[in-house]
Amino acid sequence: MYAYVARRILATIPVMAVVALFVFSLLYIAPGDPAAVIAGDQATPEDVERIRQSLGLDRPYLVRFGAWLWDILRGDLGVSIFTNLPVSTMIAQRIEPTLSLMVVTLLFAVSVAVPMGVVAAWKQGTLIDRMVMAFAVLGFSVPVFVVGYLLAYVFALELDWLPVQGYTSFREGFGPWLENLVLPAIALGSVYIALIARITRATMLEVLQQDYIRTARAKGVGQRGILFLHALKNAAVPIVTVIGIGIALLIGGAVVTESVFAIPGLGRLTVDAILRRDYPVIQGVVLLFSFVYVLVNLAIDLIYTLLDPRIRY
Amino acid sequence: MALLEIENLQTHFRTPDGIVRAVDGVSFQVEAGETLAVVGESGCGKSVTAMSVLRLIPEPPGKIAGSIRFNGRELLGLSEREMRDIRGNEISMIFQEPMTSLNPVLTVGWQIGETLRLHQGLDKRAAEARAIEMLQLVGIPEPARRVREYPHQLSGGMRQRVMIAIALACNPKLLIADEPTTALDVTIQAQILDLMRDLKRRVGAAIVLITHDLGVVAEVAERVVVMYAGRKVEEAPVGPLFRNPRHPYTQGLLGSVPKLGSSLTGTATRLSEIPGLVPSLKQRIEGCVFASRCAHATDLCRKVAPALEAKAPGHLAACHYAPRESRGAAAMVAA
Amino acid sequence: MASATVASPAAPPPPHEVAAAPPMPDIMPPVKARRGVLGFLWRYPTIAIGGALLLLMVFVAVFADFLWTVDPTALAPARRTREPSAQYWFGTDMLGRDVYSRVIYGARVSLIVGFAVALLSSAVGLLIGLVSGFVRWADGIIMRVMDGMMSIPPILLAIALMALTRGSVRNVIISITIAEIPRVSRLVRGVVLSLREQPYVEAAIAAGTRTPVIIWRHILPNTIAPITVQATYICASAMIIEAILSFIGAGTPPIIPSWGNIMAEGRALWQVKPYIVFFPAVFLSVTVLAVNLLGDGLRDALDPRMAKRI
Repeated sequence: MYAYVARRILATIPVMAVVALFVFSLLYIAPGDPAAVIAGDQATPEDVERIRQSLGLDRPYLVRFGAWLWDILRGDLGVSIFTNLPVSTMIAQRIEPTLSLMVVTLLFAVSVAVPMGVVAAWKQGTLIDRMVMAFAVLGFSVPVFVVGYLLAYVFALELDWLPVQGYTSFREGFGPWLENLVLPAIALGSVYIALIARITRATMLEVLQQDYIRTARAKGVGQRGILFLHALKNAAVPIVTVIGIGIALLIGGAVVTESVFAIPGLGRLTVDAILRRDYPVIQGVVLLFSFVYVLVNLAIDLIYTLLDPRIRY
Repeated sequence: MALLEIENLQTHFRTPDGIVRAVDGVSFQVEAGETLAVVGESGCGKSVTAMSVLRLIPEPPGKIAGSIRFNGRELLGLSEREMRDIRGNEISMIFQEPMTSLNPVLTVGWQIGETLRLHQGLDKRAAEARAIEMLQLVGIPEPARRVREYPHQLSGGMRQRVMIAIALACNPKLLIADEPTTALDVTIQAQILDLMRDLKRRVGAAIVLITHDLGVVAEVAERVVVMYAGRKVEEAPVGPLFRNPRHPYTQGLLGSVPKLGSSLTGTATRLSEIPGLVPSLKQRIEGCVFASRCAHATDLCRKVAPALEAKAPGHLAACHYAPRESRGAAAMVAA
Repeated sequence: MASATVASPAAPPPPHEVAAAPPMPDIMPPVKARRGVLGFLWRYPTIAIGGALLLLMVFVAVFADFLWTVDPTALAPARRTREPSAQYWFGTDMLGRDVYSRVIYGARVSLIVGFAVALLSSAVGLLIGLVSGFVRWADGIIMRVMDGMMSIPPILLAIALMALTRGSVRNVIISITIAEIPRVSRLVRGVVLSLREQPYVEAAIAAGTRTPVIIWRHILPNTIAPITVQATYICASAMIIEAILSFIGAGTPPIIPSWGNIMAEGRALWQVKPYIVFFPAVFLSVTVLAVNLLGDGLRDALDPRMAKRI
């Protein structure tokens, strides 16, 4: 058990190393001269040269990677080209809204999507099932920002139930904090809900075919016991896996959702950085999000052992 | 009044390319404490019959018609909730696949205890204590330790013992065992059969044994129902059936079982096989269901479905050409 | 033999009067069988609906010039932000450009990006997956790299790439393709590895069949179905990512009318002039929906195991 945990933790190190190497190498992969692109069209050759130096493009690749990696390990993500502030400081200032948004979305989405998938599987082929499936296809098809605008228009502008945009810090009270996050969380959660509901339904359908479900029914277990105990516990591993993988959707979607609802988080930071071609900031955010993603999925790997007694390495 | 009275049972399934008539007009009775075997090839509808009794057929795509009376109570009219009080309590079931019939993520003790909690209202602790007793009863060593284990930690034979423990936990009046030994090693098969016989004596339950294994039938059954293509083609006490099978299908079945020692006594014959395939259940079959494979089939057989008739007292068969016994009053029985 | 005592019932007439069994009633209405192309579309309605909608969008994109459009880039500051009317079906934007024409021409960008990314990432992913499945020593390295790439959320990866290049349709396609490649590679590798264990492939390998022949004869035909399904999903996802990139200003240059760009321009005014955002949003959603429906239908039709599940 402990050996398994240790092995899983060690196994994430090469993945993180590859992520770091890849993010670092983007500067070299990207078509064209990044320094010229970042400097902009009005830049003088001196400007381009200055940016080239600040990005370290004038030094050999491996030397530069070594130095960069060493900096990252010490928590130094470089300096913003635009504000000259350390990227880690800029990220620290913006992390709370994004974290809030993602946690609220995650909780909301999972608590909605899993029951949806379970009910759809139970009522397979009925109107309820079809509605869940239709919702799932729509969730995959309507982009986050479209859902965001639609919700904001209906519930904020027309009905005036919730704030149109903005963010209130958690420190200023739970109510205002949550009030501002409701619409963004629903918008951001739409794809995520679709994904989880679909996989829950598919896994449940597969599990409900199993012999042990027949046994449970023959024992006189009720519908709720069959679905939420006998079946869902067996379906848990694939569902939890997708919840983890789907975090990538949340991260990508957060960038856009924060723009729509004017939430001053990491997504906004990224978008602002794009408009200013502030590459070190983008690099820092990408790196941070990727590491978080890897760690979340590591945590989920470890949760498996709690969900399924057969997984004991 | 018999314990279980099945009358004109029909279980049909809707599929994209037609309706499958898995069971089409089957009737039989089970007396209290009796062991009845239902035999036939795979796909003859014997398992579906068993599942229909407990109403475990998903509806839709399935549909059950006819009448199933248990203790005089019509099961087909009961609500799902009322059915649940019967399942695992008054009628319980053992399945063929011990490897997959237990829930892999719940402990063995929990799964035995669940029936007791559901039907007898035991609390968690009492249920576990009773689960340990049940494990002991079905001959699992170290029950106090095993009760906390998961199914994957047990062998196939042990898992089937656990299934039997679950089925008998509430002292049911009827136990339906669907191929309970088929997936097990031969030595384990004998142990499980012994266990079932032993427990039947203690609990006094009637058993419906679904099997294709005539050896098992000869060993444990008192009466036999032979099914073919969703119909009952013959029914008789076990002795007469083996000595004097009336239906050509039963004769074929018996002919395909090797007899131990027959090569020594010089009575060895070739193992016969029944030529042809079970007909598709998606089309309505005109005439006798067995006609397409019967060596003796005539135009009459292909046109007119034979009724089930008492060929001898207690011996029913559905064949135009099976002779009635002259002695005794062989009354016609309309199926 | 036990059954020897039975009298042979060989010849008619039967030994007694014939007793006919009562016929059994039908307890269910009959099933209507549907065959042919129409039957196929009836059984997979999502293919019919998705395919029809997608064809419609392709038609719109190809014949944009003839669909009562005007120059989508023509500025007319005097006619800014007009509401939808008989003259401007979808209204005009902040610079007085005709939103209807821009939306119609925008179909071109979305479809080109979607199709190009689907094709390119499938081709490259297929190649990488094949190498990974057949060249043992390369497999470890390739899969580590793919794991790393898959750990970077695709939108962020595309954003990072776009931040380093000039905005153009070509660069958008390249960026999204890079982000989508790992998924196809993993899929193909999985198919290759499972096929390699099939007895007939093992036999071919044992018989000394050359690897290219094995790939051509046994592997490629079996990858077509899963890659096709995957490609439709990639197409849908690429269209969404393109719109997101353009929407946040990291995609196609503003001069090109893409749905993301139109929405980006309508952003500042969306509370007062919601239609500028609304029309491209509807077109984008419907197009992505069409591709997704097609993908779902294809999966059901091509993968019988998963049919009618997800």
